Amino acid sequence: MFGFPLLSLVIWVPILMGGLVLATGSDQNAVLARWLALAGAFAGFVVAIPLYTGFVLGTPAMQFVELVPWIPAFNIHYHLGVDGISMPLILLNSFITVLVVIAGWEVIQDKVAQYMAAFLIMSGLINGAFAALDGILFYMFFEGMLIPLYLIVGVWGGPNRVYAAFKFFLYTLAGSLLMLVSMIYLYFQSGGSFDIATWQALPLSMAAQTLMFFAFLLAFGVKVPMWPVHTWLPDAHVEAPTGGSVVLAAITLKVGAYGFLRFILPILPDASHELAWLVITLSLIAITYIGLVALVQADMKKLIAYSSIAHMGFVTLGFFMFNTLGIEGSVVQMVSHGFVSAALFLCIGVMYDRVHSRQIKDYGGLANKMPVFAAFFMLFAMANAGLPATSGFVGEFMVIMAATKVNFWYAAIAATTLIFGAAYTLWMYKRVVFGEVSNPKVDAMTDLNKRELLLMTILAVSVLFMGLYPKPFTDVMHASVTNLLTHVGQSKLP
Amino acid sequence: MNTSLAQFIPLLPEIFLLAMLSLILIIDAAVGDDKRYLAYALSLATLVGAAFLTLRDFSTMPVLAMNGLFVDDPLSDVLKLFLYLTVGAVMVYSRDYLRQRGLFKGEFFVLALFATLGMMVMVSASHFLTLYLGLELLSLSLYAMVALQRDSSVATEAAMKYFVLGALASGMLLYGMSMVYGVTGSLALGSIAQALQHSTQLKIPLIFGIVFIVAGLAFKLGAVPFHMWVPDVYHGAPTAMTLFIGSAPKIAAFAFVVRILGQGLESQVAEWRDMLVILAVLSMAVGNIAAIAQTNLKRMLAYSTISHMGFMLLGILAGSQNGYGSAMFYVIVYTLMTLGGFGMILLMSRAGFEADQLDDFKGLNRRSPWLAFIMLLLMFSMTGIPPTVGFYAKLAVLQAVVQIHYVWLAVAAVMLSLVGAFYYLRIVKLMYFDAPHDHSPIVASADSRLLMSVNGIAVLALGILPQPLMAVCVKAIHLSF
Repeated sequence: MFGFPLLSLVIWVPILMGGLVLATGSDQNAVLARWLALAGAFAGFVVAIPLYTGFVLGTPAMQFVELVPWIPAFNIHYHLGVDGISMPLILLNSFITVLVVIAGWEVIQDKVAQYMAAFLIMSGLINGAFAALDGILFYMFFEGMLIPLYLIVGVWGGPNRVYAAFKFFLYTLAGSLLMLVSMIYLYFQSGGSFDIATWQALPLSMAAQTLMFFAFLLAFGVKVPMWPVHTWLPDAHVEAPTGGSVVLAAITLKVGAYGFLRFILPILPDASHELAWLVITLSLIAITYIGLVALVQADMKKLIAYSSIAHMGFVTLGFFMFNTLGIEGSVVQMVSHGFVSAALFLCIGVMYDRVHSRQIKDYGGLANKMPVFAAFFMLFAMANAGLPATSGFVGEFMVIMAATKVNFWYAAIAATTLIFGAAYTLWMYKRVVFGEVSNPKVDAMTDLNKRELLLMTILAVSVLFMGLYPKPFTDVMHASVTNLLTHVGQSKLP
Repeated sequence: MNTSLAQFIPLLPEIFLLAMLSLILIIDAAVGDDKRYLAYALSLATLVGAAFLTLRDFSTMPVLAMNGLFVDDPLSDVLKLFLYLTVGAVMVYSRDYLRQRGLFKGEFFVLALFATLGMMVMVSASHFLTLYLGLELLSLSLYAMVALQRDSSVATEAAMKYFVLGALASGMLLYGMSMVYGVTGSLALGSIAQALQHSTQLKIPLIFGIVFIVAGLAFKLGAVPFHMWVPDVYHGAPTAMTLFIGSAPKIAAFAFVVRILGQGLESQVAEWRDMLVILAVLSMAVGNIAAIAQTNLKRMLAYSTISHMGFMLLGILAGSQNGYGSAMFYVIVYTLMTLGGFGMILLMSRAGFEADQLDDFKGLNRRSPWLAFIMLLLMFSMTGIPPTVGFYAKLAVLQAVVQIHYVWLAVAAVMLSLVGAFYYLRIVKLMYFDAPHDHSPIVASADSRLLMSVNGIAVLALGILPQPLMAVCVKAIHLSF
């Protein structure tokens, strides 16, 4: 597979197929648009599979590298490559895109072509962000994905969608613009290079590292999102259509977390060590405080959104433990959260399509009407709560173990999530699924149709597989994580 | 004095344009109202001819002509080509609009060509006198163009305002030039630069001169605090004229500023840089913040222009070839986006309907998905979001200021552009999130639709592959300094 532009295919197949879907035009061709979109998403996933099968274990080097001069005026290259950290995320993204297309199949009736195209284009852009090894190329994908997501939230979203779309866009833009200035600064410091690997080897003074640390932290912290810049996420989630919520939770949050591993830790190691207390504190606040906030939510989507923030707190906590277990646990948690949050938002979507409400109080007694659905929902709720044998357990457990090595209290506070997580998820589950049927609309609900059943089965298998046998995931990333840690361990002060 | 004809060769495009212009004036006076398209067709042909002549004698190094009054260098040639392109596009976009409002007359085209001639002279000037001559030729044509719709009191008021403030600015500029002349004893940019190489006893008059020159330039660019005329003129003038004023003259103004500050007063960069920093920051702040409050699209774009000029000044104030190249890239990209923005208003307006309110864009995605998509690209490009070309324009000027260690300025610039993102996003919101309140079909001729498509695609294509345009700018600046 070497020499073959596989990563370019992974990026451009979905984007071009998105353009093709867009060309089908009005809703009279909706059926064609749907099938084309499915073909595009599927093709995108298929071309991503060789990334896994052809991946060479045991080396931290970038693989499937493509390097072409792109803008010589600024020494910017079209430089792609994946390592053990980015490869699973690309696969996850390509995989989730297929599910999103299926999930929107008959739910979306308005401007179908544009809806599907937006998701396909976004999928390609996100793959690009994971695969980019040039700062500006990364930035292009990182910012470019705001455009489709802005439209998805704003066009197909709920009643307060305009507010949510603006808030989401401006929050993310604010963070990334400062990152852009930092990148330009690095460009001059490195004597005219936007190459991320060059930046990682670049000596930087403590003052410069600290300032850039805050710029990058804002850019990626908003995206993750970390407390206290998380407030855009619940709004965006609540207003977005189901597919939008799935992509937002499962993928775009990961881009932020990925930025920590690709930029902050290796480029600014001294500032990372120096300011680790800050990130750890924010992460612990996210885990505990946001967990409590989730407990009192009346809106299911909001509840899952807050639970996402709490889970991503685990991810950032793991990064700043600076040991293999912590970072691997975080990446596992990222992938797992991708499956679990996608599944939970799809579950809420299934209910919303039938009752048109996201309020917990409008439900109750679902187990009587939708037994199959209730079973799947149970599994995903358990995974969200971090029950052993589900994927949710593996990452959290690894991060807690890593935290124990560093400081007992970190681990102790982080472990409260096992209580809070179980509390808010299972309490919601209880109120929605068990009890008497009080709402006549719930009484009229029908169980999963074939399309929904397919989605749920795929996700259930993924969640269980990852929970029972996480080794393939950790094997893939092991060499890259070890290499990252040696980078982080070396001071870059001049 | 060398009087051989050879010295006129660098001026061929200008001479050709002037000759054709006179011809059009005569032809248009002779034919009836039903043959007005003759002036239109001939004007476009003139631009093509001038482009051909410019390309034929494309210079690779500066060539002085007319005893040092005029210079033909790669910078001027490249900018002239973009001027022809811009003016041609303006004519195509404006044609139907003018016809529907009874403005489709020879005067418009003659004035537009006179303005073009003025801009060409500005772009190629290497002497204070030619610079001023070109500027006044441009300005007088523009004043007349704004006032062309005689029965509109708003347009007349705009023309008056434009004229009075423009004359004031010209006066300031002249005053500054005369002081520099007093210090250096020369009006030719080359001699001025040489004279200023050595330290002068007359530092105070020189600084005074620079202050007046910069103030005059800021007036012409529309930089804060000399921006008052911009929103009123953009708003009051018929949209076709606004399109003209907002596009090509900015290219000429860029050349004007670079010639005076970058070539003539190059050694005094320490003096004028701080002035430009203040102008740039104020322009970006006032432009972006005031644009939020506008409900009229033309007025909003006027404020957006002010902020864009602030951004362009970032490149110039770097005072390096890198900076000038970035500013040149910025101004060309800006022109491309402005053409699209005002062109879209022209495209959507029809007889008796101006389409210049923000609400007129409501639900455009339902009425015409393709036009909405182009407008989306234009708006994101103005915001500076990749993968549109506007992002690289911002990147270019930002790296120029970071290079001279003005990191705080770059931070201020990006934070102010964040403010700007809001009102561009609002246009996208109106087009995509809202339902249309106007369901009448969009009537536009096939050629203007095609041009709009090309315009929109260019914003995206140059965003994915910005290298060719960037290389042209870098090279032109490099070969001309």
